Amino acid sequence: MTINASRLLRDGDVVFVGVGLPNLACNLARRTHAPNLLMIYEAGVIGAQPSRLPLSIGDPTLVSGATAVCSMYDVFAFYLQRGNVDVGFMGGAQIDRFGNINATVIGDYFHPKVRLPGSGGSKEIAAWANRCYIITPHQKRRFPAKVDFCTSVGFLNGRAERDAFGLRGGGTQAVVTDIGIMQPDQSGELVLTGLHPARTVEEAKANTGWELKVAADLHITQPPSDEELRILREDLDPTGIYLKGE
Amino acid sequence: MSKLITLQEAISEYVKNGDLVYAAGFTHLIPFAAGHEIIRQGLKDLTLARATPDLIYDMMVAAGCARKVIFSYMGNPGVGSLRFVRSEIEAGRLEWEEYSHFGMISSLQAGATGLPFMPMNLTAAVDLEKVNPLYRSVIDPYSGMQVVVVPPLKPDVAIVHVQRADAEGNAHIWGIIGEQKEAAFAAQSVILTCEEIVDESVIRSDPNRTLIPSFIVDAVCLVPYCSHPSYTQGYYDRDNAFYLQWDEISKSSEAIKAWLDEWVYGVRDRAEYWQKLGAEVHERLKVSSRPSATVDYGNY
Repeated sequence: MTINASRLLRDGDVVFVGVGLPNLACNLARRTHAPNLLMIYEAGVIGAQPSRLPLSIGDPTLVSGATAVCSMYDVFAFYLQRGNVDVGFMGGAQIDRFGNINATVIGDYFHPKVRLPGSGGSKEIAAWANRCYIITPHQKRRFPAKVDFCTSVGFLNGRAERDAFGLRGGGTQAVVTDIGIMQPDQSGELVLTGLHPARTVEEAKANTGWELKVAADLHITQPPSDEELRILREDLDPTGIYLKGE
Repeated sequence: MSKLITLQEAISEYVKNGDLVYAAGFTHLIPFAAGHEIIRQGLKDLTLARATPDLIYDMMVAAGCARKVIFSYMGNPGVGSLRFVRSEIEAGRLEWEEYSHFGMISSLQAGATGLPFMPMNLTAAVDLEKVNPLYRSVIDPYSGMQVVVVPPLKPDVAIVHVQRADAEGNAHIWGIIGEQKEAAFAAQSVILTCEEIVDESVIRSDPNRTLIPSFIVDAVCLVPYCSHPSYTQGYYDRDNAFYLQWDEISKSSEAIKAWLDEWVYGVRDRAEYWQKLGAEVHERLKVSSRPSATVDYGNY
């Protein structure tokens, strides 16, 4: 899951890095196929070159050796809102059929069944980054037909609805799970476009809360290389803080 | 004129029951020592604002200091849930006001710059704007397009930790600067805590690094290790092990109470707290040197 997410990054991308697995995927990409990946952290760090994997996105290792540090207002205004970010990388408790993300609440907002951390940077990242990627385990409860609360937008109820807002970013481009990859079709609906080796379409369907369509050109993802696994397990997450679920 | 006083004096003089408090710092420079002093002084009914409430507000809410929280990401950064605040919100015992990071920081920016509101481009994620009526929208008079606006956030007190300051309160900050400057300019009163007090000549040797000028500062407190378990860039590391440990402690009210008894009520001040942490923790949080190249301002 993390490895496939990292492969979506292109060398030279400017990426707004989120906490957790996205953090790991970006650091893996920078050490493999995308050495010129420019990592921006919402804490206001530009061009970070962390020498250890940061637990939080405000770790001091991000600052030492970075190209620039700015205020939080500046990172969201000058970098993100102005249109200088290629990729937003996010996670979320719920992702729906149109790639909308809920990171706020399960149940009613004012009488929460489960209160989640909330937006952080994601409300703006999802709207303004050119491409957005989501990493999350493939479980039915995480993929309802419609999110309880829309913290950040994919395509709302369809691509046309997002377009009507005139947002500068292109929206959710891919959702990478432990089963495969879903990508939006013409209408903005997430369809299964990739399967990891040894996983099945049936598994993907059974773990998705809407009737999951399968792309005509469904492909099998490349298995992780020894090098990718080594970097992940030995260099980036030797104590398994992030990868305990994988 | 020197504004040097103890942290105890500063909290007692500048923080009142019911105040809106902004303890600044995005992951970096979080003034835990000040939070603990507020707990010890038994302040009540505070509205606690921070982009990330972090453990400092989890502790203060657990100690009964708060009526309300204002935030944009309520989690234990890199670990998961901010358990106590979360459970109080779920139980309906704590008021809250919520933004995205950009909304929160724009609100502080409006407060800091004396503007009536701050505009932002649309995000189409309107659910938060519906549940927080302080998000409004107006028509841009130039393009005729809609923009989202937030009102100014004006704390009664900002508490800002910095690496070094002179006795008047001119402060040098480096590393993640988060919303330190904005919080200080937005607030009615400013308590500055610092790792070191330096001579005014040190400040004047590098004026570009001064984010906070003395004339907006009310109190200057020398509080080494103020940020632990957060960190101060170049002085000591973030105590990630404690952030993970708090995830366990905060699973039960009893464990939180026991922790507060031992580490907050059970110590007099930050110096005693730091001593109590012991040599092993001190060693673990030590950081080696990586100085910047010096700049030459020129002698004019």
